[in-house]
Amino acid sequence: MAGRAYDAAMNDDDIRLRIATYRLFVEMDRVPTVDDVAAAVGLPIDEAILAWHRLAEAHAIVLEPGTNRLRMANPFSAVPTSHRVRVAGRWWFANCAWDAFGICAALHADGRIESTCLDCGERIDVEVRDRQPDDASLVFHCGVPAASWWDDIVFT
Amino acid sequence: MNLFRSEEHVNRWRSDRVGGATVSVDLLCDLAHAWWGDRLDPAWRPRDRAQNQAILDDLGLVDDFWRLP
Repeated sequence: MAGRAYDAAMNDDDIRLRIATYRLFVEMDRVPTVDDVAAAVGLPIDEAILAWHRLAEAHAIVLEPGTNRLRMANPFSAVPTSHRVRVAGRWWFANCAWDAFGICAALHADGRIESTCLDCGERIDVEVRDRQPDDASLVFHCGVPAASWWDDIVFT
Repeated sequence: MNLFRSEEHVNRWRSDRVGGATVSVDLLCDLAHAWWGDRLDPAWRPRDRAQNQAILDDLGLVDDFWRLP
């Protein structure tokens, strides 16, 4: 995948489909399928599939390679990860520690983040209240430079 | 992109690894809110590279590591 996708073609209908994808991700009690999203915006499924792939090319969503299944609606993960976030009684999976805080940000809500220290393996619990973490001793490490984040977004 | 219990933990983990950047969890939280806060906006529009870079720059993430392609 190329490092830069800002110029990837994404039309207004694609953006409408992307907004519906995110809305359904939060509203539904499971990860939305392309059928769900197509129905929500009144598009034929084959057109919705093409739009999802254009959105993926533009880095607006991430699909499982070679499929029409959602992998990420960043910061949300469609698959279990080691970064969990509880907001208003519901658990979410995040793609990384940055995204874990991003779920609180996207939902505009306080939350509780559960992650793991890569050094000692112990669980890290951190509460976010009024956009502030309750444990300032924690640190965040990013191993991949920004120029390469999208070379392998799952690894990043 | 991971959390560590402290600077000591991340430094130990990094001892046999090259590169990367470490920031405080407070800065991470600010970054997350600036970066992801609009994701569920019903009027969401994609940001361009300059807008994304400005978010990083405004938080002081200005060295080459944080330079977007």
